[in-house]
Amino acid sequence: MEGYLLYAVTTLILVGIYAVMALGLNLQWGYGGIFNAGVAGFFAVGAYTSAILTSPGSPQLVHAFALPVPLGLFGAMIASGLVAYAIGRICLRLESDYLAIATIGIAEILRLVVRNQQAYTGGAFGIPNLPRPFDGLGLPWSMIGFLGVVVLCIVLVYAAQERLSRSPWGRVMRAIRDNPRAAAAVGKDVGAFRLQAFVIGSMAIGLGGALSAHYFKFIGPEATEPLFTTFIVWVMVIVGGSGNHRGAILGALAVWLIWSMTEFATSRLLPQDWAVRAAYARVLLIGLLLQVVLQRYPQGLLPERVGDPRGRPTGG
Amino acid sequence: MDVLGFVNLYVIPGLVLGSIYAVGAIGVSLLFGILRFAHFAHGDLGTLGGFLALTAVWVLGLQAIEALPLAMAGAAGIAILLDRLFYKPFRKAPSIVLVMASFGVALILRSAIQLIWGAESVSYQSGIQRPIWILDTFRIAPRHLWILGGVAAIVVAVHVFLAHTRLGKAMRAMSDDPALARACGIDTEAVIRFTWAIGAALAAAAGVFAGMDVHIHPSTGWDMMLPVFGAAILGGIGRPYGAIAGGLLMGLIEELATAPLFFGASLLPPAYKSGVAFAVLVAVLLVRPTGIFRGKLF
Amino acid sequence: MSTPLIQALALRGGYGGNDILQGCSATAAAGEVVVIVGPNGAGKSTLLKAMFGMIELREGQVRLAGEDVTGLGTTELVRRGIGFVPQERNVFPSLSVHENLEMGSFTARGDLIRRFESVYALFPPLAAKRRQAAGELSGGQRQMVAMGRALMLTPRVLLLDEPTAGLSPLFRAEIFAKVAEIGRAGTAIVLVEQNAREALAIADRGYVLATGRNRFEGTGAALLADPEVAASFLGG
Repeated sequence: MEGYLLYAVTTLILVGIYAVMALGLNLQWGYGGIFNAGVAGFFAVGAYTSAILTSPGSPQLVHAFALPVPLGLFGAMIASGLVAYAIGRICLRLESDYLAIATIGIAEILRLVVRNQQAYTGGAFGIPNLPRPFDGLGLPWSMIGFLGVVVLCIVLVYAAQERLSRSPWGRVMRAIRDNPRAAAAVGKDVGAFRLQAFVIGSMAIGLGGALSAHYFKFIGPEATEPLFTTFIVWVMVIVGGSGNHRGAILGALAVWLIWSMTEFATSRLLPQDWAVRAAYARVLLIGLLLQVVLQRYPQGLLPERVGDPRGRPTGG
Repeated sequence: MDVLGFVNLYVIPGLVLGSIYAVGAIGVSLLFGILRFAHFAHGDLGTLGGFLALTAVWVLGLQAIEALPLAMAGAAGIAILLDRLFYKPFRKAPSIVLVMASFGVALILRSAIQLIWGAESVSYQSGIQRPIWILDTFRIAPRHLWILGGVAAIVVAVHVFLAHTRLGKAMRAMSDDPALARACGIDTEAVIRFTWAIGAALAAAAGVFAGMDVHIHPSTGWDMMLPVFGAAILGGIGRPYGAIAGGLLMGLIEELATAPLFFGASLLPPAYKSGVAFAVLVAVLLVRPTGIFRGKLF
Repeated sequence: MSTPLIQALALRGGYGGNDILQGCSATAAAGEVVVIVGPNGAGKSTLLKAMFGMIELREGQVRLAGEDVTGLGTTELVRRGIGFVPQERNVFPSLSVHENLEMGSFTARGDLIRRFESVYALFPPLAAKRRQAAGELSGGQRQMVAMGRALMLTPRVLLLDEPTAGLSPLFRAEIFAKVAEIGRAGTAIVLVEQNAREALAIADRGYVLATGRNRFEGTGAALLADPEVAASFLGG
């Protein structure tokens, strides 16, 4: 019984971490119309910032601050926000396709920095021995406690974004998303609003990265491997229904469940050496899932609320 | 270091790398110009080409350069299928939806490649090659000579195709104005299929050449995406000849930026080589988005 | 009046949800030059595009030589002998003049040389510039390329959307003269024009549209002479 409880809790923790990131990406895409293909980069910024701030020290690290975890999480958000602000100021004026290419480049640069600035990031070794809240309670309570932290983060991010979208800011964002030229004609500073969406969304993604680092108690350069992180969060946003906060959470749940259940099935049912290959088949499946949703259910699981007659995921 | 050493150690490798980028960039530029979106799966089509060539090398005992046409044809066929399944439904959708779909296709291709061929790097041939001396001054590895030759042949073929065949002109026409092309009675769907075939064949060639240069790995294509896209934008989108210039420039800039030219130090630490493409890309997009040869702007 | 070659009958439709055309009609016979004029927003271009299968029609029919061709795509209509010259973006800028014409005859089989010769004979200035990129030509020369391109397939019907827009008076006169010449050679021509007076002067028949409906109809001369038409639509 306890095994299943633990499995459920750890699954929910991961769902929660992805949900935080999906919420952030959803703000960028659903409200800002920004195709951020560099999610992994901001994940890394948040994870590494929190790791650097809270690490008790390791052979490669030059500095060890050993700050408490909440400060680490906070620092992760600030760092991601700052990086997003800097990049957004330069790149957000680009057209959507070009912006997408640029965000891939950003993730690549961040990946290089992480790998090469060993004194700060531990280089190829990463940063081990990260503190995890409630760790001293032992299983399963330490996990349940951590889940509580994750849920708290979701609630905070969700509440903040709901407030934003209901506010005049949110209405302006939706107007801009659906018709940028008209909005600009009315005199709204389209660029400033998009930058805000980009920054706030990146802060949430960075927070997700930090939570992940503390969950695994380790962060290494593999975590910046762009494809899987970026891709799966995108699929979650599309499946859930973009422009929609609850949809983002639901999408995270749905996609992660599909991902884990296929893992469960293939690891139990297939012989060992097949199981490795099965991982690729599962990624392929997620890729196909994206195509099916894009073609058949472009509004996702939870279509946009009333007020938007089109409800497309296509930011305008 | 002396000029000759400089040329042999940095300029020639830069040109070889640049020519690989050029072949990929022509395909990206053509696709971007006619289909009007940034095709994120282009790199993985290149990887596919590289692995198809590998299979031909293993099964048919060919040399890599001999397997090239087979790899190109195979990739072309697969691309037409991919268009039918994943891109055709979005002909009238905003380009960002296509970018998203292509992102998914990239992952589908890569997982399929890993499923079929595994996740390791593979080389076309083992053993060390002795460099060839040209005119007793320039030193170049045999495989690099094959790559330069192959790229040159492909570039000539592309030029002849675009300038002198009816289909090539129709592609240029569609790149200029698809509505007008339709008004001429041109079967735009057929032209689109051919565009996919040619774009994919070019991507596959880039993949094979990259594999010949170092080795082929499931992420070879994706890793090339930034420099290839950067080269296409640098040359001007929709300008195939610009893509060639952009590719060569990008290769040279990457090599030279990380070469120890300044008394043993380089402009950029060699570890940051893959960041060069991004810097060039952003610089071009901010300063002159239409590129050197004034291509399209979307 | 001779039997009509192309007919647009009581068309109702437009772009998306908006019905620009509210039940209007126009016909043209072989060798006839028919001109459609009217104020901005009257639906002139839309009517022309509807004849070329570019508009979603909710009601009405388009007939070619008596056959119902409503709903057929542009590729098919080109195959059946309709040529269309758009108002803006009417040439391929990066292609040479000769290549532009070649695109016009893309679907033609057999000997193209005669087609090229007849187009160059009709528009002599183009022959000298045949290797020049069409994007570098002046507005009037581009218009000639556009028309020549449409004529490469020797269409039975030629649809022209404001061919003299933005051209100098000299070029305008030349274009109108060419249009008349093409009509005399047997092609049915439907011409949408802003320069109503000059257009009606070469027209066999004309239609005046307003808010998507037919307002006036008659021979070119009659419309020009009609004071009511002159006051409302010809801008004095």
